[in-house]
Amino acid sequence: MSSTTRIRELAVVILILVISVIVYIGKIQGWNNGLMFSPAVSLTVVIVIFLLLLYILLRTLQGHLIGRRTVFLFVGLAVVLPFFMTLTLKFRVSPEVQQLYDALSELQPGSKVLVSFDYDPPSAPELQPMAVAFLRYCLSHDLKVIIIGLWPQGPQQANLALEDALKSKEVAAKKPEYGVDYVNLGFQVGNEFVIQRMGTDFKSMFPKDYSGTVYDDLPLVRNVKNFSNIDYSFNLSAGYPGTQEWVQVAVDRYGLKMGAGNTAVQAPMMYTYLNAGQLVGLLGGMNGAAEFELVTNEIGKGTKFMLSQSFAHMIVIAFIIIGNVAYFKSGRKKKL
Amino acid sequence: MEHVAVWIAAFLTLGIISFLYKDNPWYKLSEAIFVGISAGYWFVVLFWDNIYGKFWVGVFPPDVVDEAGNFVSHGVPDYALIVGAVLGVLMLARLLPGVGWISRWPLAFIVGCTSGLYLMNYFSSNIMRQVQGTIIPLFGIGYGASVYEIIGNIVIVGGTFAGLVYFFFSKEHRGAFGATAKVGIWVIMITFGASFGYTVMSRMSLLIGRIDFLFGDWLGLIK
Amino acid sequence: MRREIPLLITAITGIVFVLQYFIPHAPFNKMNTWFSDWFSIVGAFAIWLGALNLLKISFQKIMDKKSDWFFALVIIISFFVITIIGFAEGQGFREPGTTFSWLYDYVYSPLSATMFAILAFFVASASYRAFRARNFEATLLLLSAFFVMLGRVPVGDIITGFLPQQYQLSQVASWIMTFPQTAGQRAIMIGIALGLVSTSLRIILGIERSHLGGGD
Repeated sequence: MSSTTRIRELAVVILILVISVIVYIGKIQGWNNGLMFSPAVSLTVVIVIFLLLLYILLRTLQGHLIGRRTVFLFVGLAVVLPFFMTLTLKFRVSPEVQQLYDALSELQPGSKVLVSFDYDPPSAPELQPMAVAFLRYCLSHDLKVIIIGLWPQGPQQANLALEDALKSKEVAAKKPEYGVDYVNLGFQVGNEFVIQRMGTDFKSMFPKDYSGTVYDDLPLVRNVKNFSNIDYSFNLSAGYPGTQEWVQVAVDRYGLKMGAGNTAVQAPMMYTYLNAGQLVGLLGGMNGAAEFELVTNEIGKGTKFMLSQSFAHMIVIAFIIIGNVAYFKSGRKKKL
Repeated sequence: MEHVAVWIAAFLTLGIISFLYKDNPWYKLSEAIFVGISAGYWFVVLFWDNIYGKFWVGVFPPDVVDEAGNFVSHGVPDYALIVGAVLGVLMLARLLPGVGWISRWPLAFIVGCTSGLYLMNYFSSNIMRQVQGTIIPLFGIGYGASVYEIIGNIVIVGGTFAGLVYFFFSKEHRGAFGATAKVGIWVIMITFGASFGYTVMSRMSLLIGRIDFLFGDWLGLIK
Repeated sequence: MRREIPLLITAITGIVFVLQYFIPHAPFNKMNTWFSDWFSIVGAFAIWLGALNLLKISFQKIMDKKSDWFFALVIIISFFVITIIGFAEGQGFREPGTTFSWLYDYVYSPLSATMFAILAFFVASASYRAFRARNFEATLLLLSAFFVMLGRVPVGDIITGFLPQQYQLSQVASWIMTFPQTAGQRAIMIGIALGLVSTSLRIILGIERSHLGGGD
């Protein structure tokens, strides 16, 4: 690599650093209050991106596939720019989300809801909004929440979600009390073996809660012996162990009523369980979170991110179309 | 301290993103930190949760005390847990040349447990319940289903059957059998397409999460 | 003996796990409890083995002065930093306010999240370069992806807003997910499960022995 290129790269890094420092100082000093495009600017940005895509289509038709970095740039723009736009999009609630909500709304106040946090930070953008919306609904409707985690990071994610949910006005008005209205029993290792043991004895798997309080000292769970004392359960899952293991052990063996919130990668598989009646409802990916927020009338991060999600999908579809138009135009040449 | 923390997080985030430009020292540094921290994270978590929390506390249980902290009785030790610890230590024998073969014992134990559990769980939930879920009244109870549901039910029953036929490789895919297998591959292609769509959705969501951190939590540009 | 004992261990544990489904009380419930506890402890040692192996390889890299030895050193330092802190902070190492939880929030979380996030770029690039309607099957795959991607975000219904509600893209995507997608997933699921069940049975009966490795 030539030294000129290296100097240029270093200069770009320094430039980014300087800009970041200035913007950060602005944030602390208060003169950077965030950026927001007017509707006219938002529309202009959309048109410019569309025109650039048309240009790429023309270039591809001429037989020049654009470089991967250009594709990366477009993906970046499609995700970043909508954060600053004032456009709002309306969307509909899918049947599987509605089913989950219906099952939840049928519960009587005081019903015990078991929530298992089986994910870690990489999946948080998809699952955290679901967790917050779900906890917010439960706590504001007098449903008693028992939290556990089969992933070591799960209970930490649960605490973050609880923190957000407790900020909601409806929840704050109810003044939920730890140990009485909600409890975090923490993580237990052993994957599906934990679920199996919970089927006969909760306490043996969670003798203490997340902060070390003894099981019997927690009024909410003192009388919870096994799944027969749970009215509804919700599993937030990003892989193994997750919804599949809960269905296999808790639902099919012990008859637990369960809904699930899954990352979009594994959600398609869960439709089979949904169709067979093993799940009462399903939230799949960020749009599942947004739809759940819509049905529970609580706007959260799921809804906020939908614009970026829409733009990102559009960009991927645009690139698929461009690639295929060029492929057919070239008489199905292999190189395209 | 919070300022330092958010800058470290941003530095590491950008380090990983810089791989999109090309493989570079910044990325390698972030990657190495990630590998070391992840391994250490699991090392610590498993020590406190399993080896200490399960084994040590199980074999040497603390005394039972009342709310005022007065002694009530001695805890009941579970000596059976020692077998688990012995098997665990044997697992580490793999690191030692000459006695590595003994690690097959704990491995055999793990494989035996998993096989026994999977045999029943998968048979019950992923075979029997799925077959049961496919045996459905195509036209609803008393012809009560809508056209949308009837078509859907036929697709579910026919699609599952055809898909299973496609996976049956003990017979050559020819004639009616081959035609059914062909339909099966079409259904599976639709499934893969849907999975691809959902994968795109998932990956984009994760990226959105990071962008929200960089432009929101770090730079404060998002309102 | 080196093969017989592991085979016996596998058979006994496997059979106990199967039997406890049919006899969920003494003595099988007790054996189930023991085995699941042992499983957790052995599992922890297995992951320790992985971590120790990583350290061994990294040390070797430094000793041999291989290229990128510096990054092997970073791996070792990062490992020891979080491990020492985690051990020093005791059982409450994960509670908010601890250094371990600080490392989790500001080092582990951003790194692991970004590692997966950058896949978004590569998915898009691959879609542009390789996702072609080359034959009927590929076209089906592409169309299914197209409808699902558009139908699962609000923009899908905006594009097809002129159509009656039941034909709009969100409904099309729902139909694909609920029916043909479910049928295909179910066929795959049953196929995988049949394979798993038969392999498990072979392992328990000692017919399948590849997990014990070669030699005696």
